[in-house]
Amino acid sequence: MSRQSCSVRLVIALLALVGAATSARADDMPVIKVEMRDGVILPAVIEVPANTRFKLEIANTGQSPVEFESVELKREKALAAGSTSAIVFRTLDPGTYQVFDDFHPEAKAALVAK
Amino acid sequence: MIGAFVIAFREVIEAGLIISIVLAATRGIPGRMRWVLLGVAGGLAGAGLVALFAEKISDAFEGNGQDLLNAAVLIVAVLLLIWHNTWMSKHGKELAGELRAAGEAVRSGEREAAALSIVIGAAILREGAELVLFLYGLVASGTSGADIQFGAVAGIGAGALLSAGTYLGLAAIPSRYVFSVTSVLIIFLAAGLAAQAAQFLSNAGVVEILGQTLWNSSGMIAETSWPGRVLHALVGYTDRPTALQGLVYVATIALMVGLMQWSAADKRRAMRTA
Repeated sequence: MSRQSCSVRLVIALLALVGAATSARADDMPVIKVEMRDGVILPAVIEVPANTRFKLEIANTGQSPVEFESVELKREKALAAGSTSAIVFRTLDPGTYQVFDDFHPEAKAALVAK
Repeated sequence: MIGAFVIAFREVIEAGLIISIVLAATRGIPGRMRWVLLGVAGGLAGAGLVALFAEKISDAFEGNGQDLLNAAVLIVAVLLLIWHNTWMSKHGKELAGELRAAGEAVRSGEREAAALSIVIGAAILREGAELVLFLYGLVASGTSGADIQFGAVAGIGAGALLSAGTYLGLAAIPSRYVFSVTSVLIIFLAAGLAAQAAQFLSNAGVVEILGQTLWNSSGMIAETSWPGRVLHALVGYTDRPTALQGLVYVATIALMVGLMQWSAADKRRAMRTA
């Protein structure tokens, strides 16, 4: 058991270190808002700044859970009905990235970085 | 209804395939069922907590909380799988019943089963939180019809059946070979999980190097297709891997093979001197 608890402690220590490092940064990045509602993603074309840090704030305003996902961007976030959450992007190359709602597969949108 | 079925089925098999491999890999370890059930219960409880506090977790660490939690859970699972394979290359034959002296295997088997119960818990925690959110949403919204709820339940059942089928298939392998097969499966499983953990650390900004894409095979096997999803769960397939993911993948395999060789050689030395 001792070896396991040792590795768990190591991970916790690592997390604490990371937390200290990231929280030192100022929270002044642009915020881009996205609304997801029962199989609709608004806006259908999400414009974001390229090559800079920004925050994508996703609000689920519908009655059912949603999952914002992009395979190209390697990001996913599940949201219960009525909840809001954010994804922080550090830097993005200019281009168009497909995003979809994994819980409503017909809902698609494009994220355009420029 | 079909939509709910597909989503529930998909989420269940992602954790279920991992569990079936772990179950096959612990065959013969006494008292393992208790640990397996403990891992399932712990994982479900953890998934519920993660779903409940999803917003708080996301907002932690400057919006990187979810990525860091995922990375931590995956790293714990990878470390334990590495340890498992190293241990198995020493004691696998004893468990397979080829050697009479299974004394040490039985004594340290309990610790081994405990480690794998944590892997099971981690797999369920990682994949289960989304399923919990999805299912809770179906029930809580009150707007979904009985057919959608039936679809979700049927999806869970079908996912569990497929996982059970995978386990039975692995368990049908003759005991002389079963641990060789599960060891190989676990090497690729661990490498895939390690590469995922690396991506989460990269998303969180902890690792800022080797972000370039190695290749794009989404035209051949898309990650969101069924073959893509199964390969993703089993060997960590991704259609646009980054250099960091590739490096971590290969390094994990090399480390595991190296440790297993060392452990097996260690055992041969011990037997010669005995």
